[in-house]
Amino acid sequence: MGIPAMISRRLFGIAFGTGAAVLLAGALQAQAQTVKIGVILTYSGRDAALGEQIDRSIDLFVKLHEKELPQGVKIELIKRDDTGVNPDLAKRLAQELVLRDKVQILTGGQWTPNAMAVAALTKEAKIPFVTMTAGGSAVTLQSPYVVRTGWTLWQTSYPLGEWAAKQGWKNGYTVVSDFAPGHDGEAAFTKSFTENGGKIIGSVRIPLKTTDYLPYFQKIKDMNPDVVYVFNPGGPQATAFMKAFDDVGITKSNIKLIGPGDITASDELPNMGKRALGVITMLQYSPAATRKANVDFVAAWKKEYGANTVPNYFAAAGWDGMRAIFDVIKAQNGKIDPDATMKLLRQWKNPNSPRGPVRIDEHGDIVQNLYMRRVEEKDGVLANVEFATIEQVGDPWKVLNKK
Amino acid sequence: MTTAITILFFGIAYGMILYLISVGLSVTMGLMNIVNLAHGVFAMLGGYITVTLMNHLGVPFLLALAAGCVLVAILGFVLERLLYRHLYGRSELDQVLFSIGLIFVSAALARIAWGPLAQPIELPDYLKGQVEFLGLELPTYRLALVGFGFAVIAGLWFGFDRTLFGARIRATVNNREMAQSVGIDTDRLFALAFALGTGLAALGGGLGADVLAIAPTYPLQYIIYFLIVVAVGGLGDIKAPFLAAILIGLADTACRYFLPEVGAIFIFAFVFVVLIWLPAGIMQWRRS
Repeated sequence: MGIPAMISRRLFGIAFGTGAAVLLAGALQAQAQTVKIGVILTYSGRDAALGEQIDRSIDLFVKLHEKELPQGVKIELIKRDDTGVNPDLAKRLAQELVLRDKVQILTGGQWTPNAMAVAALTKEAKIPFVTMTAGGSAVTLQSPYVVRTGWTLWQTSYPLGEWAAKQGWKNGYTVVSDFAPGHDGEAAFTKSFTENGGKIIGSVRIPLKTTDYLPYFQKIKDMNPDVVYVFNPGGPQATAFMKAFDDVGITKSNIKLIGPGDITASDELPNMGKRALGVITMLQYSPAATRKANVDFVAAWKKEYGANTVPNYFAAAGWDGMRAIFDVIKAQNGKIDPDATMKLLRQWKNPNSPRGPVRIDEHGDIVQNLYMRRVEEKDGVLANVEFATIEQVGDPWKVLNKK
Repeated sequence: MTTAITILFFGIAYGMILYLISVGLSVTMGLMNIVNLAHGVFAMLGGYITVTLMNHLGVPFLLALAAGCVLVAILGFVLERLLYRHLYGRSELDQVLFSIGLIFVSAALARIAWGPLAQPIELPDYLKGQVEFLGLELPTYRLALVGFGFAVIAGLWFGFDRTLFGARIRATVNNREMAQSVGIDTDRLFALAFALGTGLAALGGGLGADVLAIAPTYPLQYIIYFLIVVAVGGLGDIKAPFLAAILIGLADTACRYFLPEVGAIFIFAFVFVVLIWLPAGIMQWRRS
């Protein structure tokens, strides 16, 4: 059983972090420089699968790259569970990590609302915060101590609106999860779709805790748009959405489903089954990509976590986040200065990420390639097959709102 | 017109899910007067057993469902004899504390056994997609849920209103001492009723697993739905929760179709108003 083992390892990590480290720190300080990194992710509840993707990526990166750290420099991960979208809890956990555990770098940042709360805190605490997968544009504006290694919804949805309009689709409908990234995705798609001649005939925001989606989707079917822009935060919710689209008969109709890659997350495709065939999405990462950095990453992942597991875009974002953290630790020889760290992070680049070339820009946002993908069946297995690339996209929202 | 009928159907189907997961509670709480907040634990367990049998042993859906229902009913019987028995006649606070404790213990155990992730469930092909029904295209799974719901309410109504077993339970609930003195074995009767309640919970958990995901957080995450149905329905009746669940399902579905911007607030506002108007639930209105 992998999961109980993982839990006990995590518990050990926590126990180690709070107890043993305090005792040991004094004794070891003379020889070793330990960099403490606070990790806040969702380890329990409906969306724990997403947290697990990031967590596994972090652990795998540390395992494979720990020896690259300078002589005498060690890192220590202190992990905390935010239980889902819960900004108050995330903020409290960050406070404890900073004040009690004296972490020097914060990371995780799975959800936009949580990352916003933590980011606001880092402004006062002057702790560098590498947010991994929060997709709301505004996160990096909260504090000069935040950078993002994941994506923004504007990044994945703004180019998509233009693409959809150019397919000759006139009437659009948007359906998004009702939280900040959903609002961003809705705004981004609406803007570029209407700028290119499309018309939005309806839009709906679905509360995150909803379990029955049929009434919303029935209305979409009754309105009969050409294309539906969909956003949900991936994971089990993505499958629930797809099942409900199938239940009301949208998947078999002429209505096209498109959206950011969250809605056909590769790790959920087996659960969605053939319902998802033909859905077109835009995303920065697909585990099916054939560049060498990705092939190596996926192989290392499967070796560590089993042949039937797949790293998704959450894992890729966590992997690059850890890469960035390692790079700044190495550059400073383990002595973390907050302002120097932020300077380094804002110039950070990696030409060989599993996603292709990536870098962080002056806003603290990631610049990366985006890929258009279609869900197809290859050798009896469903995959997001890339069919077009849009090179080096920054966060369009920052560009559009630049004064 | 088609829209109205579709919404009506979705509302009833959603109400049926609410009913199936709450009906067990109306037996234990409504008839036996135990504040059993741990009701969701049995639903969760039924869901886990169903999903595990299907995913790992390839057991067909309906068989897995029946197995979950029976195993959990047996567990309910055992727990009643070991634990719940001591709670009859104790204060409501004791019952609440006990059952909340049971939720935490079982959530932790479920997490050790199945991990923190939600369990994926793949329904059999005959429940997927849509069927033509009275000229409308309706989701098969929801239609099956509606059928199941009606079968359960019919079975319960028959069981409680028309059989000796039901008459004994009603007698015992009304006046335990009197029931005992006419020779009813009330201990055994309550254990059986409790097993029935937990078995129904397991059935609801398994049947609803495609909509209400099975995870260790289940008993706390959906507790609000169980309690809403029982509160709006009112205690002491087997048909009231059915009416309440359908009412809530219809109201919530209509709101989501016509006024989606109101969001999740509507259902709580609705319950709020109903309970101010009829503090003892909709049965009060029927009686008056």
